[in-house]
Amino acid sequence: MSAAATETAVASAGPAGRRRRRPVTGSLLVGGLIVAIVIGMALLSFVWTPHDPTLVNPAVRLQEPSAEYWFGTDKFGRDVFSQVLMGSRTTLFVGFVAVGVAALVGVPLGIVAGMAPRWCGELLMRGNDLLLAFPALLLAIMFAAVYGAGTLVAMVAIGIASIPHFARLIRGGTLQVMETEYVIAARAAGRGPFAIAVRHVLPNVSSLVIVQASVGFAIAVLAEAALSFLGFGTPPPTPSWGRMLQESQELLSIAPRLAVFPGVAIALAVLGFNLLGDGLRDRFDPKLEDRR
Amino acid sequence: MTPVPETGPAAAAPDDVLAVRNLGVTVGGRKLVEDVDFTIRAGERVGLIGESGSGKSLTALSVMGLLPEGLRASGSVRLAGVDHDLVGADEARMSRVRGKEIAMVFQEPMTALNPTMRVGRQIAEVLLIHRTRPDRASARAAAVELLAQVGLPDPEAAAHAYPHQFSGGQRQRVVLAIALANDPALLVCDEPTTALDVTVQARVLDLVVRGVQERRSAMLFITHDLAVVATVCERVMVMYGGRLVESGPVQEVFTRPRHRYTQGLIGASDLTVVDDRGRLATIPGSVPAAGRFPAGCVFRNRCEHATDGCATRPDWVPTGPDSGYACFHPAPDGAPGTGTPTNQEAGRG
Amino acid sequence: MIVRLVQRIGILLASLVVSSVLVFAFMAVLPGDPARVALGTSASDSAVAQLREQFGLDRSLVAQYFSWIHGLVTFDPGDSYISHAPIGPQLADRLQVTLWLVGTGMVIACVLALPVGTLMAVRHRKPSGLILSALSQVGVAVPAFLAGILLITVFAVGLGWLPANGWTPPVQDPVLFLKQLVMPALSLGIVQAAVLTRYVRSAVLDVLREDYLRTARAKGLRPTRALLRHGLRNAAVPVVTVLALQLATLLVGSVVIERVFVIPGLGSLLLDSVANRDLIVVQDVVMIIAMAVLLVNFLVDMVYLLIDPRLRGGAS
Repeated sequence: MSAAATETAVASAGPAGRRRRRPVTGSLLVGGLIVAIVIGMALLSFVWTPHDPTLVNPAVRLQEPSAEYWFGTDKFGRDVFSQVLMGSRTTLFVGFVAVGVAALVGVPLGIVAGMAPRWCGELLMRGNDLLLAFPALLLAIMFAAVYGAGTLVAMVAIGIASIPHFARLIRGGTLQVMETEYVIAARAAGRGPFAIAVRHVLPNVSSLVIVQASVGFAIAVLAEAALSFLGFGTPPPTPSWGRMLQESQELLSIAPRLAVFPGVAIALAVLGFNLLGDGLRDRFDPKLEDRR
Repeated sequence: MTPVPETGPAAAAPDDVLAVRNLGVTVGGRKLVEDVDFTIRAGERVGLIGESGSGKSLTALSVMGLLPEGLRASGSVRLAGVDHDLVGADEARMSRVRGKEIAMVFQEPMTALNPTMRVGRQIAEVLLIHRTRPDRASARAAAVELLAQVGLPDPEAAAHAYPHQFSGGQRQRVVLAIALANDPALLVCDEPTTALDVTVQARVLDLVVRGVQERRSAMLFITHDLAVVATVCERVMVMYGGRLVESGPVQEVFTRPRHRYTQGLIGASDLTVVDDRGRLATIPGSVPAAGRFPAGCVFRNRCEHATDGCATRPDWVPTGPDSGYACFHPAPDGAPGTGTPTNQEAGRG
Repeated sequence: MIVRLVQRIGILLASLVVSSVLVFAFMAVLPGDPARVALGTSASDSAVAQLREQFGLDRSLVAQYFSWIHGLVTFDPGDSYISHAPIGPQLADRLQVTLWLVGTGMVIACVLALPVGTLMAVRHRKPSGLILSALSQVGVAVPAFLAGILLITVFAVGLGWLPANGWTPPVQDPVLFLKQLVMPALSLGIVQAAVLTRYVRSAVLDVLREDYLRTARAKGLRPTRALLRHGLRNAAVPVVTVLALQLATLLVGSVVIERVFVIPGLGSLLLDSVANRDLIVVQDVVMIIAMAVLLVNFLVDMVYLLIDPRLRGGAS
């Protein structure tokens, strides 16, 4: 680092070199808030929705928003607001399972690839990169072709497609941890690789896992919406934002609002998880500040 | 705060190349450099020394107008032959001065060159920007000539190579060639040899000195290595806590330092001086974070001679046309510091 | 350099082999018999056996794998189990359509993202930079098919400027072709542009911190020219990497966009084949997409060599 940069860094380091507590950034706050709203919607939908979101009522088809139907009704007379509420549940459920699958496989894979001998780690990463040639949607369509469309199939496919992102990131973190003095000391003291992985590596890469989980959640939400839109996701009648969009398409000329509500819901949820991920990254890793 | 003109009204003498007056650098209200005054004459080689964080690099970057984003310079920096102040000058004006009237050699040769551009083009570029050569072909020829001057073997092939094909010392020669290309009136060197192997340092320093001597360029040489200053410079300025605390001819300052900080600095670098218990001399405490120096004399919290009076700002005490110090309790004149700076002597030989 | 080239080609071939085995194996574990699936449950056993023989499904899996690969490599992947039509010409047709979409989308993304991302980096502390940054963050959150639906709502349904959907080959009617291409390509391009700007911004920010950019300014280059002459080439390496990854996203995104705009591309073929249980076509399309992604990754590696002399190796 150049002398000037060092001096600036010193200038911002605060009194006596003590690390200043990092303030909560805007993206963390806004992202956290949006995610909290989405989770709140999902929780709310368990105890209350204004109407039964699956109730078909031809008498109230395609109603404009009103006090009775806040977001109006769709072509079957179903309440759009209730569907959006219920849809958040589907979205979170799919995201949760997909990220869970990706983390459960990707994190151990990344740690092993980081701790294994160099050639072995490289080989694992090559295989890992190969998975990148099969994006979530493609994999999910393939799965659907074989096992039939369904929520579980979609979740697992999205999860598998997200594994390489976790593994790559965690391997990078593991390689760094493995070079720290406390790990070298632990190895010198004869600690086994499993103990080192659990005691030293895992706690130190956990912040990476959390950041990637948040970003992975956003990717899963997008993929689920696209799959439902194509008819490979959650089967009817369970409400899903993606399928609401697909159903709205034929009615664009008369009721574009039917596309707007689920569309905004998807975009907000993705935005929320992305912002949360960015905010967490800034908070955990000051070096990356300002980069994204 | 009263400005402390170093040489009084005589500052605008005709052979002054650089006149810095009341220079300050601030970031978000915090003062990193304050009230820096000095003058460099044509062909003069002046050292600027101090520990890291003393503000010496910021002083150099202010002169170049290349302060990092967020930092602001105040005061005045005038360069002979340039009709505007360099502080606060816009990019259009500064870009005509940089690389032509003032050039700079940076500390880190490994990263100072563009890795994706051939070395010859990087040198030729500075000639073409300022139109000192009419066309690409002659600029390229001049670049090869410059590479030969800085002692690279086979300059023709070197011009065609990429930076990663050179060692650190060789890259620093290329940076020097870029800096000297337009025969600048002032060459600013920011720790140019700190990142280099000891064996390479002397050769590069020799090239720097020869380069400026041949061009009759003045030089501002920043370093924390006293031995290097003794080798390269005629005059030295000591900086601490963003202020100049002492200046004067190298010989004088190093053998009879007046400011207590200078005294400590020289003592600390002298490996022959030990205390009663046989330990090397050090300055107690450590440099505070930038902008967090005590009010009054910036050195008083580490100075064993400090009294309550040091809480007010010491005035500049001139001891000659180019020398002086800012200290209430200076080391007595004529008495050597903590000892003879032996390794500086060695460095000079 | 040659060593690196050979090494990269080796990796490409190995990746192609492994991924083809994966795709094949995945489709082969399929519960049920493809011939039975194709003919339906009511078909007689002899009819099923005849179909199995016709398509070589009675051979060993290894033999089937090699005949599949042979078909792909010779651009003659055989006939569909369902329609009995040759798959090759169909794939070529559909691929062409999708390449138009993806190519145009990619061009739109680059044209938008490179200048905007650079501007965001240069002004990263100024309000304009922050606003652009926030906009790009919102853009990333919008799925391409949603952008498509919004475009249709505004420009086809609302203003009536463009056809809402459909596809015409360029040789047949170039004007209509362009009109129909605009919205799907924009849907793909804008969303990818949002993602890409963020990478461009971060790459340029990294370069702006580099010492050699300060050297360039110390030479007397103004900040903008210093960035253009010394920065962009260096910022290109991470950006090219992302471009390659984005191609995968675009190819898959086009599957959905083709559905939104009723375009007969590779994606529609994939979806139709899944719906018809025409599994051999599914297998072929998936393999083509994976091949395209791997091939682009290989090409990107080659581009690195052009951009960054340090990777070429060898001393002067």
